[in-house]
Amino acid sequence: MSIFLDKNSKVIVQGITGAEGSYHADRMHRYGTNLVGGVTPGKGGQTTAQGLPVFDTVKEAVEATGATHSCIFVPPPFAADALYEAYEAGITLAICITEGIPVHDTLKVVGTTRGMRIIGPNCPGLISPGKALVGIMPGHIFKEGGVGVLSRSGTLTYEVVDLLTRAGLGQSTCVGVGGDPIIGTTFVECLREFKNDPQTEALVVCGEIGGSDEEEAAAFIGAHLPEMPVVAFVGGRNAPPGKSLGHAGAIISGSFGTPQSKIKAFEAAGVPVAGRPSEIPAFLAREISRGKRAPQPASF
Amino acid sequence: MNLMEHQGKALFRDAGIPVPRSGHATTPDDVGSFIETNPGDWVVKAQVLMGGRGKAGKIKSAQGAAEGRAVAREIMATPMPPNRQNPQGEKINSVLVEERLAIAKEAYCAITVDRAARKPVFIVSRFGGMDIEEVAEQHPESLAKYYVDTAIGYSPFIGRELAFAAQLDPGYRRAFPAIAGALYDLFFRYGAKLVEINPLALTHDGRVIASDAKVELDDDALYRNPGVAEWRTTLPLDEDELLAEGAGVGIRNFRRFPGNVGTMANGAGLAMATMDAVSNAGGRIANFLDVGGGANAQRVRNCYELVVNNTGATVFFINIFGGITRGDEVARGIVEAMAQTASRKIPLVIRLTGTNEEEGRRILAQAGMTPVETMDDGARKAVELAS
Repeated sequence: MSIFLDKNSKVIVQGITGAEGSYHADRMHRYGTNLVGGVTPGKGGQTTAQGLPVFDTVKEAVEATGATHSCIFVPPPFAADALYEAYEAGITLAICITEGIPVHDTLKVVGTTRGMRIIGPNCPGLISPGKALVGIMPGHIFKEGGVGVLSRSGTLTYEVVDLLTRAGLGQSTCVGVGGDPIIGTTFVECLREFKNDPQTEALVVCGEIGGSDEEEAAAFIGAHLPEMPVVAFVGGRNAPPGKSLGHAGAIISGSFGTPQSKIKAFEAAGVPVAGRPSEIPAFLAREISRGKRAPQPASF
Repeated sequence: MNLMEHQGKALFRDAGIPVPRSGHATTPDDVGSFIETNPGDWVVKAQVLMGGRGKAGKIKSAQGAAEGRAVAREIMATPMPPNRQNPQGEKINSVLVEERLAIAKEAYCAITVDRAARKPVFIVSRFGGMDIEEVAEQHPESLAKYYVDTAIGYSPFIGRELAFAAQLDPGYRRAFPAIAGALYDLFFRYGAKLVEINPLALTHDGRVIASDAKVELDDDALYRNPGVAEWRTTLPLDEDELLAEGAGVGIRNFRRFPGNVGTMANGAGLAMATMDAVSNAGGRIANFLDVGGGANAQRVRNCYELVVNNTGATVFFINIFGGITRGDEVARGIVEAMAQTASRKIPLVIRLTGTNEEEGRRILAQAGMTPVETMDDGARKAVELAS
């Protein structure tokens, strides 16, 4: 098993004939993802270099292929429209890679597409190693195994995964939830899935400054995953208040979104916080060998 | 992007939110002539993005043209005094000349994006005219909130509920639901991250009127409102953002600090982790810089020059994780960039890992650069070279 994505998941790419879309569709296809086609309005009837059918609308693509997952490579002004089209066509999981979507577009889409899970926007996608890859992650650094990985960022995820793989710690599913202030799927929503996934035996949560996703994840882990070995990391400890760092969502507002608050929350849940990415594999190995975490009161 | 009070009030006026009569002036003489043609009781308010204008003596009342001119001269003579967030203070380029209101009560009304709820949230308090964070500390019970379902949008009952929950003075009740609705329309129409009326005044003659306006717009939505986007040029844009724009990286991707270890990484998360690694190694960071995807020669050169020419960096730590970007290509980009640049040379420490890392490191070593194996090693080496 894995979460959100396995080798049977039928995936389409919205924007499959664009530069990004075609490049990454090819990489997903070669990784072994069950890519069944793509959508570009006006290019219906064409076939991609991989022999995949191109459709004019998501509706046609879903009817013809039975796709359930859609990976969206559409420029920011059209991304909300692409997400609505996916929702109306019956897609159940949309992975939105696009960076720079207006916050209000995401607010409206997230508030009105109940029943469709959205990963992102502004995310690297997700991968269930050995099974399928949807997004822009470099597949070759991942290895199938039992560690679930959650992260808000792309290259930091690769850094951490690379370290895990080199330490012999393979991964069940890695989800890049995205760096925007409003995202479709939070850490907690991923943790609920990991909780019920038999393949996932341990977790790494890579957070960063801004918002309260890490605090909520820590509370969930403390209350609902008492036996799961978990290690956390919080990026941006040297960030100044009031300024976004790279990600629109990575911002400390007043006393809110500080690294201290996040680290404290993880530690209160009994989750060790690595001071640097290179410590994560050793910390995780120690947590795994120690077995059950000290039970924590779920009082906060 | 933050708007000045007069810009925010222009949006308020268009949206149908009552604002005081006013004129915008860029010189003391303009203030004088405005008052000459519009006799009455006026307040002259410095137009800046920093808060704390009242305490800094940058809001003053004036009767008559001569006093208006004198007061404006005094306000504009010195910049806003610096504070912790704005160590340079802020130059005053213009003032708003505004009708003096006979204020009976002051309330607070704002809409912002709540990240955890993933909804727009109204925040209303019967305590206006003070910093909302202070209100939250001293009178937390006074804050009334309403999370708006974006599928339904605003409906007047929301305004009524908020007015009762916040125990606003009964004088507000008739006007408040319409003002809250207009504010919500404006919030959505301009893709704002924050719209704030503080204070929302109740005057002795029973008017409910926005005495101040704070509007923060989403940079990613500016393209939808070209007229507003143009204001950008008249605003004292954050200097780091201007520099980032000039170098062709996103405005959020560059930030300066007082230290001497320059940094650059591909990806925001890795760039933050790189700063943390330098700090862990006992160094002081000169900057945050996310070079973005595809670190080709042109981009690397722009970024190198950005850091060398604008920060106190005495060493430059480049931390690249080659995912889709191949390590050998990045290495060639770095070597080429260094050959092209006319800027002064500082030592580079380069950590290059991921796809084609060995080939990349070989190219760097051949060019006489110092490739290192891990992020921690790179940080240590950079700190060593900086001191």
